Amino acid sequence: MAKITSPAELEKLREKILSQRDPDKLCITLCSGSACHATGCDPVADALAEEMEKQGVVGKVDFRRTGCHGFCEQGPILVVYPQGICYLKVKAEDVSEIISATVKGGKVIERLLYVDPNTGEKATLEEDIPFYKNQQRLVLGPNRKIDPKSLEDYLAVDGYQALVKTLFELSPEEVVGEVKNAQLRGRGGAGFPSGIKWDFARKAPGEQKYVVVNCDEGDPGAYMDRSVMEGNPFAVLEGLMIGAYAIGANEGYIYVRQEYPLAVANLTIAIEQAEEAGLLGENILGSGFDFTVKVHRGAGAFICGEETSLLNSLEGKAGEPNARPPFPATRGLWGKPTNINNVETWANIPLVINKGADYFTAIGTEGSKGTKIFSLVGKVNNTGLVEVPMGTTLKDIIFKIGGGVPGGKQFKAVQTGGPSGGCLPEDLLDTQVDFDELTRAGAMMG
Amino acid sequence: MDIGKIDQIIDKHDSEASALIQVLLEIQSENKWLPKEALTRVSEKLAVPMSRIQHITTFYKTFSLTPKGRHEVHVCVGTACHVRGAQNILDTVEEVTGVKPGETDPDLNFSVETVSCLGCCALGPVMVVDGEYHGNVEPAETAKVLKDCACSQEQ
Repeated sequence: MAKITSPAELEKLREKILSQRDPDKLCITLCSGSACHATGCDPVADALAEEMEKQGVVGKVDFRRTGCHGFCEQGPILVVYPQGICYLKVKAEDVSEIISATVKGGKVIERLLYVDPNTGEKATLEEDIPFYKNQQRLVLGPNRKIDPKSLEDYLAVDGYQALVKTLFELSPEEVVGEVKNAQLRGRGGAGFPSGIKWDFARKAPGEQKYVVVNCDEGDPGAYMDRSVMEGNPFAVLEGLMIGAYAIGANEGYIYVRQEYPLAVANLTIAIEQAEEAGLLGENILGSGFDFTVKVHRGAGAFICGEETSLLNSLEGKAGEPNARPPFPATRGLWGKPTNINNVETWANIPLVINKGADYFTAIGTEGSKGTKIFSLVGKVNNTGLVEVPMGTTLKDIIFKIGGGVPGGKQFKAVQTGGPSGGCLPEDLLDTQVDFDELTRAGAMMG
Repeated sequence: MDIGKIDQIIDKHDSEASALIQVLLEIQSENKWLPKEALTRVSEKLAVPMSRIQHITTFYKTFSLTPKGRHEVHVCVGTACHVRGAQNILDTVEEVTGVKPGETDPDLNFSVETVSCLGCCALGPVMVVDGEYHGNVEPAETAKVLKDCACSQEQ
């Protein structure tokens, strides 16, 4: 891609990409996150390429390998657009029929549809499946629309628009103000107000400052950050760039745990594409703002999820924690002011900037705004990734979205927040997912 | 391991001491483990004392200072996999390969490790063999995957 040197050029490119895309054209998407790799999306993708050729539909049908759709237990997930017919647990042997019956004939293949384990009812469209119907996917939404290896796909869903708005319409103070007004709280668990944290780093004395993404998601059972990073690394990168502009940093680091090779691979491609397009580097889009970013892989140390350990690890040292204060906002990476946020927090930033604080604060509860992604795993019917507005009750997540306990067994307890969180028994099922409510119940977010 | 290859990796990171962990990760992904000659070279080129390299390579779980087998088996024993039968998978792995977690057999066929979470929690128990993910595995399938591995090697 040629270097884009102004917002006008970026818009022109976006228009060109959109003009070449017909929303009514048939398109097959195949979920290709880590979980779908484990259930065998590669053989399905190979079979698709072969069958499309054999049945002569190449060119008439688009094929896109997307990030995680979230309904991981039912993978590989294949969706046929524009109708949105959703097939689950697809195998290579099913592909020939999918092309001939659904793609060419417009017929639905009943046996590949979702069946509600409680009612026995089938669902044809993705949005009809109870697992998806009760979610609000503001951050995860683009995952199923874009190929994480394609900058063009991200631009087609308004990608990098928040960056343009930030660099050309807002001052750093205004960006911090917007994040403060949105009352966005850190998604890593502690729930510290992100805008306030950004302000500390912005006001900290010093020329050299850093921004860091914490993708050392170590809590067993949790994989929200992995799916965002694998499926939509662009949003994290865009959020990071906005944060860098706001606090006055020109260098960023993304720390990804070693157990997430696909996240590293997709992120690396997203960075290369952004560099090539002039969205990273010097004088981004002609704004005068410079920013470079490096990916740093972890090496298998659970403690590195803690921010001071992570920063030590970034410096090439053992990931051992430091006492705080001083906080990273004043003395972080190499002793310089550093703003570190988790993946999901950064991925929320483009949304906050694009839609504004009012939109964001309209979702959620008094003290916790926006949505939160949870990984719903263990002994529950529908396992996978769930994104709900803050304030949704645990009961709704487990029973409405999760479909309850398999085999009609009695519910015993739910653990939230990983090992540092807590186990909540049945009488606390009406607890809302909200930073303060969960803490009050003795558990935590995350 | 070829010294030239090590130098290439170090040069890619501009011989910066802060890139120590990244350099070691890349050497290990080439060679499967970290031999002493490699560490000595890294120590010289990055001007980092061997004592610190020893600290780093023993602090981070990924690094191995002993030879690894041709096939690497990782069994996830995180909470979600644990409740869904990770122990049975580990037992099967030991039965088929004769290797306990953290060990490698003398013929360097298999290395077995437990990992705490692979982030495929909806598919537990999960096992990774030579980078390939196997979700919802049962003991019978585990045995088959490992036997196929052993066979492909004999051919």
